[in-house]
Amino acid sequence: MSHDHHNMVSVSVTVNGESRTEECEARMLLVHFIREKLGLTGTHWGCDTSNCGVCVVSVDGQPVKSCTMLAAMADGAELTTVEGLETADGLHPIQQGFMECHGLQCGFCTPGMMIAAKSLLEQNPNPTEHEIRDGLSGQLCRCTGYHNIIKAVQFAAEKMSASEEGASA
Amino acid sequence: MQTPAPFGYERATSVDHAIQLLEQLGPEARLVAGGHSLLPMMKIRLAQPEHLIDINPLAAELGSISIDGDSLVIGAMTRHNDLLASPLVGEHFPILQDAERVIADPVVRNRGTVGGSLCQADPAEDLSAALSALHATATIRGSSGSRSVPVRELHVGPYETVVGDAEILTEIRVPIRNGCGSAYEKVERRVGDWAIASAAAVVWMDGGIITDAGVGLAAVGADHFVSPAAEAALRGQQPTEDVIVAAAAAAAAECNPSTDQRGPAEYKRHLAGELTARALRRAVARAQGGQ
Ligand SMILES: Cc1cc2nc3c(=O)[nH]c(=O)nc-3n(C[C@H](O)[C@H](O)[C@H](O)COP(=O)(O)OP(=O)(O)OC[C@H]3O[C@@H](n4cnc5c(N)ncnc54)[C@H](O)[C@@H]3O)c2cc1C
Ligand code: FES
Ligand code: FES
Repeated sequence: MSHDHHNMVSVSVTVNGESRTEECEARMLLVHFIREKLGLTGTHWGCDTSNCGVCVVSVDGQPVKSCTMLAAMADGAELTTVEGLETADGLHPIQQGFMECHGLQCGFCTPGMMIAAKSLLEQNPNPTEHEIRDGLSGQLCRCTGYHNIIKAVQFAAEKMSASEEGASA
Repeated sequence: MQTPAPFGYERATSVDHAIQLLEQLGPEARLVAGGHSLLPMMKIRLAQPEHLIDINPLAAELGSISIDGDSLVIGAMTRHNDLLASPLVGEHFPILQDAERVIADPVVRNRGTVGGSLCQADPAEDLSAALSALHATATIRGSSGSRSVPVRELHVGPYETVVGDAEILTEIRVPIRNGCGSAYEKVERRVGDWAIASAAAVVWMDGGIITDAGVGLAAVGADHFVSPAAEAALRGQQPTEDVIVAAAAAAAAECNPSTDQRGPAEYKRHLAGELTARALRRAVARAQGGQ
């Protein structure tokens, strides 16, 4: 087919608080845009079937499989990737949870797991084990057997609700 | 790494604009909604549209759930998770939330849309079975205006619908009638997977009698995702266990499953019957529980 100007798009996003604009092919998937154009390689890519969830990033506050969205579709969006979890105060409680509870082995699934877990806790600050398993069911982990991932999310939930209470006291 | 073949990208700013673009760009142009069926197919080059018309900017225009007269109206761009979270849907048609809970996973449900699901017409698609059982209608718009098609006439075959090349599905209307009870049952290989088989059951009851019924089936080769024989076995009957078992047997006999990596045909046929019976029992209980 012909390569007219519509095959190229300009994509502006706010990623982890920073404004970025890049040109790319219209067919470029958001995951590749994030890795190759934005240079943020913490977001992984693991399958061609939209099943594994290692590519999950937050798009306007919602977790999305970035391999199943065009970069062009994210124009104007606010993105949070794993690189954006840490703040000036240090690691995000979810990152602390994964560290404290050994929530990872090879670490390949971890970025997507943590972004999905963050959204889960935003919607449901005090989830049951079942709710955590259900909430993370779009994420595959080949190493941990999930057990320590659940513990990591429970650790983060406790830590986050404790700091909420501290803040409102 | 698999990437779609090159295409031209356009963003629709209104439904009329989307239709205008479809007419202008011709039959090799495709709408993209959530993209969760189309983009995976484009990655493996099962689909190679020359142009994509992104209708995500129409999420506000086509994304609401409301009551209009005696119908529940669901916009085509309603995301799976919005249907799942809607109190209106829960109040009138719990079947839709039963189904949504087992469609893909929560992350996929953030993007996938009701309209995209119906237009994809995957033989294992869950909402087609549920909405067919509910006797819902689809509103389809083109440059010459809108038409209304029963969801059970939307699908002409696997991955094929009556929606024309230059048309867009805008909304689904589900009639609200008294005495309704509904439920959905699905068996999958693992959480988040497509159905091995699933069944949708809707009954409308008056004075202990089933006055009308809808029985939908997905993934088992049922024509138009429904079992008219099962529906006929229910209409005018009291919902006794015998009647339910007979309707379930009719559903199992009428469908036409095929053997594939999800299981042998006979197993799927067994599931079609068993899941129809389970869904019917729950639908009847919900109808009798007074909504
Ligand atoms: C990992 C995974 C698991 C899944 N599991 C399930 C499951 O268990 N059950 C299930 O039912 N589904 C499942 N799905 C499919 C999911 O529900 C999709 O969201 C859905 O099939 C398509 O919706 P979409 O909005 O993403 O459509 P898209 O991919 O954007 O579009 C699909 C097709 O519909 C057309 N289209 C879209 N919107 C319109 C419109 N308004 N008018 C006319 N044509 C339109 C497009 O041109 C395209 O041909 C799964 C998907 C994935 C990725
Ligand atoms: S890379 Fe596997 S779901 Fe996105
Ligand atoms: S830690 Fe290796 S895949 Fe999850």
